[in-house]
Amino acid sequence: MKRVTLLRILVILGAIGLLEGLIHAGIVPRFTIIPPSEMASALAAILASGKLKVDIAVTLTNVAVAIVASMAAGVTIGTVLQRAAALRRILDPLFATYYAIPMYAFYPLLIVVFGLGDVPQICIGFLLAVMAVIINTLNGLDRVPRVLLKAARMHRMSALRTALRIRLPYAAPYIFTGFKLAVAYSFIGVIGAEFITSSRGIGYEISFAYNNFDNRLMYGLILFVLALVLTVNMSLHAWEKRLMMRRQR
Amino acid sequence: MKARDTLILVAVVLVAWQLLYWAVGSIAFRSPAETVRSAAVLLADPRFMPHVRESMLAFAEAFAIAVLIGLSIGVTLGASRLASEVAEPILVALYSIPKVTLYPVILLVFGIGMPAKVAFGAIHGIVPISIFALNAIRNINPVYLRTGQVLRLSPWAAARKILIPAALPEIVTGIRAGFCLTLIGTLLGEMFGAQRGLGHLLMQAMTRHNMDSIMALTLLLVVFAATVNGLLLALDHRLHRRV
Repeated sequence: MKRVTLLRILVILGAIGLLEGLIHAGIVPRFTIIPPSEMASALAAILASGKLKVDIAVTLTNVAVAIVASMAAGVTIGTVLQRAAALRRILDPLFATYYAIPMYAFYPLLIVVFGLGDVPQICIGFLLAVMAVIINTLNGLDRVPRVLLKAARMHRMSALRTALRIRLPYAAPYIFTGFKLAVAYSFIGVIGAEFITSSRGIGYEISFAYNNFDNRLMYGLILFVLALVLTVNMSLHAWEKRLMMRRQR
Repeated sequence: MKARDTLILVAVVLVAWQLLYWAVGSIAFRSPAETVRSAAVLLADPRFMPHVRESMLAFAEAFAIAVLIGLSIGVTLGASRLASEVAEPILVALYSIPKVTLYPVILLVFGIGMPAKVAFGAIHGIVPISIFALNAIRNINPVYLRTGQVLRLSPWAAARKILIPAALPEIVTGIRAGFCLTLIGTLLGEMFGAQRGLGHLLMQAMTRHNMDSIMALTLLLVVFAATVNGLLLALDHRLHRRV
């Protein structure tokens, strides 16, 4: 297992080194991509200057709102649907086609309805994320063993208490998978929407820098987004692994 | 049974849409009937079809490239235990990054126009297709492969009789995911760096506040995506049931 991790790091470092080398050798032109080392120094300069603090804060806040809203709505809807079999069967084709729908196609509509504030971006993040939470919540709740529910009935627990004490804790690892996806989709939705049209945020700054041929700023910010998303995802992955291990014990 | 549920769902969506229209009002929204009417007007407009053709062509090219590259990566890596363990987390990480931030890079490499759209659509599709293909190949029951060896099948016969039938259901699932994402990627590509295509029309309608066009285009895109996805899903179910 250790060897695999080492190899993986070597592969990633090799890819970065290759890109660096190709650019220094002049095979990839400098006005197309700047070397990774310069991206890092550009990012350091951006963070040190603090001029994009507001944009970064706006994007992170919007992503956080989208995550919290999709988690709350997704777990609630999943819990209700699991008890309403008829409704669930009717909605089943929607679940299967949901991610085929190009969500960004609704963005112009959302802008016209809500204006060019933060709401349309949050909506796109929420719409992308919520279905992953619903599907994983349903998946987890479906697996609750019968015997636990019978025990709950013997203790005369109310439906709400059973949900809070037995169903949801049992489904927690599956809901966590949904949470992980919700985080990734919220980032994708919010930053993508900012990129299309908005007045502020990291995605907006990237497209602004692109339009001004400011390659250093643009690649610095792209590196920031990639590093941020990868760090968040990898930490969640590590946390999930620890949770799973505790459960097995 | 299945068809009836779908019909009920469509009816529910239409009712919800109409209720939303009554709630939001006609300034920023259109009713289902009005949207269908403007979609019909759009489809009858001779200036509309070239945009559809442009988008479909870009999407078809992007999808073909995504399937080709995705399957090659997935099958190659999936054949080796070590390679798949090294590569899978990297692929999953690539899946989770907001690829839209990479669009300026694509534009700088390919310039504005068809190649950029195609490349951007393809990078959306390659990753999920390769992840599914990788797992499909890796998870083939080793007994099947050993049986092939015992029967002294040639590599070609082994691929045709064992590898492909065993891995196909998962691969089709991956291709379905790749189809949806490639479509999204191609449209996104058209939304910024394009002079033609449905994504471009959508952006144009947004800057002009042309609600009729926005709603009609959104409806057409959703119907197209849902229909093809439904067909792929049926194929998917059939393949999975056979195994």
